[in-house]
Order: sequence, then C-alpha cells, then structure tokens
Amino acid sequence: MPERLLEVRALDAHYGDFQALFGVSMAVAAGAVVAVIGANGAGKSTLLRCIAGAMPSRSDAVLFDGVPVGDQPAHAVVARGIALVPEGRRLFPSLTVEENLRIGGQLGRPGPWSLDRVYELFPILKERREQPAPSLSGGQQQMVALGRALMSNPRLLLCDEISLGLAPIVVRDIYARLPAIVGEGISLIIVEQDIVQALRVASHVYCLQEGRVALEGEARAMTREKIAAAYFGV
Amino acid sequence: MEWLNTILQGILLGGLYAMFAAGLALIFGVMRLVNIAHGDLIVLAAYIALMAVEALGVNPLVALIIVVPLMAAIGYVLQRGILNRTLGEDLLPPLLVTFGLSVIIQNALLELFTADSRKLNAGNIEIASIHLGGGLAVGTLPLIQFALAILVIAALQWLFYRTALGRAFRATSDDQSVAQLMGLNNAHVFALAMALSLAVVALAGVLLAVRANFDPSIGPARLIFGFEAVIIGGLGSMWGTLAGGIIIGVAQAIGAKLDPGWNLLAGHLAFLLVLALKPEGLFPKVDRQ
Repeated sequence: MPERLLEVRALDAHYGDFQALFGVSMAVAAGAVVAVIGANGAGKSTLLRCIAGAMPSRSDAVLFDGVPVGDQPAHAVVARGIALVPEGRRLFPSLTVEENLRIGGQLGRPGPWSLDRVYELFPILKERREQPAPSLSGGQQQMVALGRALMSNPRLLLCDEISLGLAPIVVRDIYARLPAIVGEGISLIIVEQDIVQALRVASHVYCLQEGRVALEGEARAMTREKIAAAYFGV
Repeated sequence: MEWLNTILQGILLGGLYAMFAAGLALIFGVMRLVNIAHGDLIVLAAYIALMAVEALGVNPLVALIIVVPLMAAIGYVLQRGILNRTLGEDLLPPLLVTFGLSVIIQNALLELFTADSRKLNAGNIEIASIHLGGGLAVGTLPLIQFALAILVIAALQWLFYRTALGRAFRATSDDQSVAQLMGLNNAHVFALAMALSLAVVALAGVLLAVRANFDPSIGPARLIFGFEAVIIGGLGSMWGTLAGGIIIGVAQAIGAKLDPGWNLLAGHLAFLLVLALKPEGLFPKVDRQ
C-alpha cells in the first residue's frame, strides 16, 4: 500500500462492561476507498466512532498521518481532517440546511470544499437552503449530512450507513456522487449493510464479525462464499 | 388615569424581570442547566458595582464597563471550572451544585458586606422624569432600563439567529455529540453561553441596585421572578421572556395598587394563572418554517 493516511492498531472499545471491538487493525491509503462490512452489532459504527474521536481509545490505537490521535476529543480530530457522516444523518433540527452546512465548515480548514462546491454537487440543496433540515426528504437530508462533513475539508471521510432507510434509486444517486468526492483527494471509509454497493466503490474491504476483523482484502478478490463465511462465522 | 399609570410602571418594571429571565433562558436553552444561583449572581453583580462605585467614585451606569466584563469572565471560569463537570444525562447534579453556589454567594456577601441594605446612587437621573401629559409621567431611569431590556433581548435574538456563535449555541443545544464532530468544543461553547448569561446578569444587577435597596438575601426572590417570566413566555422564546417579565411586572404593580401587601402575591398569581391555562407558556418555541 502507498502512503498510509490512517492506521488503526489493535483497537479495543468498550461500552461499560461490554467490549465492542477486540484488537481491530486496519490501514487506509491516501486517496483510497475502504469498505467496512458486517452484520448488525459487529462493531462497524463503533470503529468509525473511535476513529472520529467520538469514543476515546488508546492514544496509539489510531494513527492519522503518523500522529497518534486515539485519545483526542472529536473536535480536535475533525480539526486534523477526519470527518464523520453519522449513522441516521443526525442533522441539527433547529438549523436551516445552509446553517447545517456552515456548522460543518466553521473550523475554516482550507481545501476545495465550500458552500458553493457543495451546492454544485447537490444542486437541490441550494433550492432548499433556507428550509429547516427536518423538512427535507431522507435522501436530501443525507446529502446535507454528506455536505456538512465535506465542509470541514477532511482528508478522510467516514460514512456510516449512508444508504440506511433510503430508496434504492436515491442510494444510487448518492453513490454516483462519491467519485466526485474522492476525485478531490479525499480518502473514504464506508460502512455499509448493502454489500454489493460497498464492493462496487471500494478498493479494499474489511469484514467485521463480533468486534473482530474476520476477513480483509482487495475488493476484487472477494467472493460471495468468503464474505458469507466472514459475515456469519460459518 | 391612575390605573394607566400603574400599568405603565408595571410594564417598565417588567423590563427588569425580562433581563433576569433572559440569562436563565439562555443557559437553559443551550445546555439544559437550571441555574439556582442566578438570583444570587444578580446580587453579586450589584455588590461588585457597589465596590467599583465606592473605589472609583463613578456613576453606577459607568461602572457597567467594569462589572459586565468581570461577570462574563466569572461566568466563563465558573462554567469551565465547575458547572461543565455537572452536566450529563441527569438534571440533578447541576441543580444541587448551583443551589450550593447560591448558599455560598449569599453567605460570602453577608460576611463581606453585612446584612445592611444598600443602594447604588445614579445621581440626578434617578429623579428625572418625562411628562406624557394628562398627569402621566414616567421616570427617565425606568425608561432607560426598559429600553435596555428590549435592546438586550433584541441583541440576544440577533446573536442566536444571525451569528456563527448563535449557530453554535443552537447546534450544541440540538445535539451535543454531533456538535463535537463538527469541531465545536462543547466545554468552550457552554462557557461562552454562561459568560453571555452573566453579562446580562451584570446589567440586570446594576439596574436593580439603582432602582431599589438590596442586601445579600434578596437573590432567590429575583430567581423566582426570572423563572416565572421564562415559563410565562414559553421556553426557548426570547421575546416571550420579555412578555413574561411585563406580565409579572404589571400584575405586581396592580396588586400593590390594590393593597401594598398584594404586590408579590399578584405576580405569583398571574404566573399560576398562565400555568393553569397555557402550561407551555404564551409563546412556545415554534420551528421557523
């Protein structure tokens, strides 16, 4: 792998007494798209939360650009260039569409993404800019969530189940925009239930099973049998 | 005409109550913190102004230049040093800690300044008045106070809906954990909210101390007036708190007019009446469509 932008080393994560991740290791090259798949409760969202700093972990369990960031709070991690599109979108309901986007960009990190560029990527959002975020359709809300994360000009974008609860045609529409995002030199980690969708865009795949990496490798080399085995542990 | 005068004075008094309420509503809105020490912080601001006036020999209104930033700084440090640690799923810890703070402030003021009643003297402006004709007159000072109250509410409203800080306040209020993911440091955002709240408290405290006598024990009653104004107005509505303050002010003035002993009771009764008829307040927060 070329230059490693992100490295996760033997990451453990706990919710109280419950251990959600057991020694998870992964690497993401600069400019790569990596998919994380697995059944419900396998620890996919937890992994993203740890990388984004929303859950504290061991300092050297997460290395970003060679710098240990595992124990840094989320607001410091995003300032370094990791942005998370959280599961379920989680827009700010009392803010308008444009205010949601501006909140994402309020750190002022330099980069290609601006309000205009996000509106260019998702033209419908420009029409809806003055509306409260909850008044949008699910797909449009997901566009706001993506745009909000892009506004921080991240080097690594974490997408947690961006297809969740959306009609297939909307999912296809959103996935069609991903190449434009990667084209700007951003690395991507995509957590997906929809394996076919994930394998189509990713170059590398990790499959989690009960908090452990059950399978990893090139997306091309993945077979249905291998994935089924890693998914269900049979 | 006498009644019209009574109502007019009540409205002007309501501006002061609205200022008590605005600071409370602000921090409850941003961080769901009920500050029991709010009234005592108002009194603390009055005593800080008293010290500034005695030490420097300036007019209390000029002393605001010192008291407002000082109270804002106290607010920032208080929030980051103590109150942030009490915030969480449970509403009880901040209640208990601010209650303790209330006791500490009252007793510290009692030790330092005794229980004697004090008052700030703003000079000739206190007795100046404007005649409106028909035997109606309003004091210049109450009028300034009311104008300041409207200015404060309008400024807070503008800050909340038109500035980056206000956006950060609303985002943090909506969803703390996602706000962190957007690079907002909640500890800092909350401290800024408390600083802003205590800046308003400082203004209210000085105006209170110019208007009437104060001593270390009057804080809790100011807290109640503020609370009642917030509830009457409807949580989350800044202009609502102004209406709430005015309703309490007018009710108190009418009560006092009927019988001096009814002054406070009438304010509380007006509050209970609103609570019984419109428990969500007169102007509950509506989504901006």
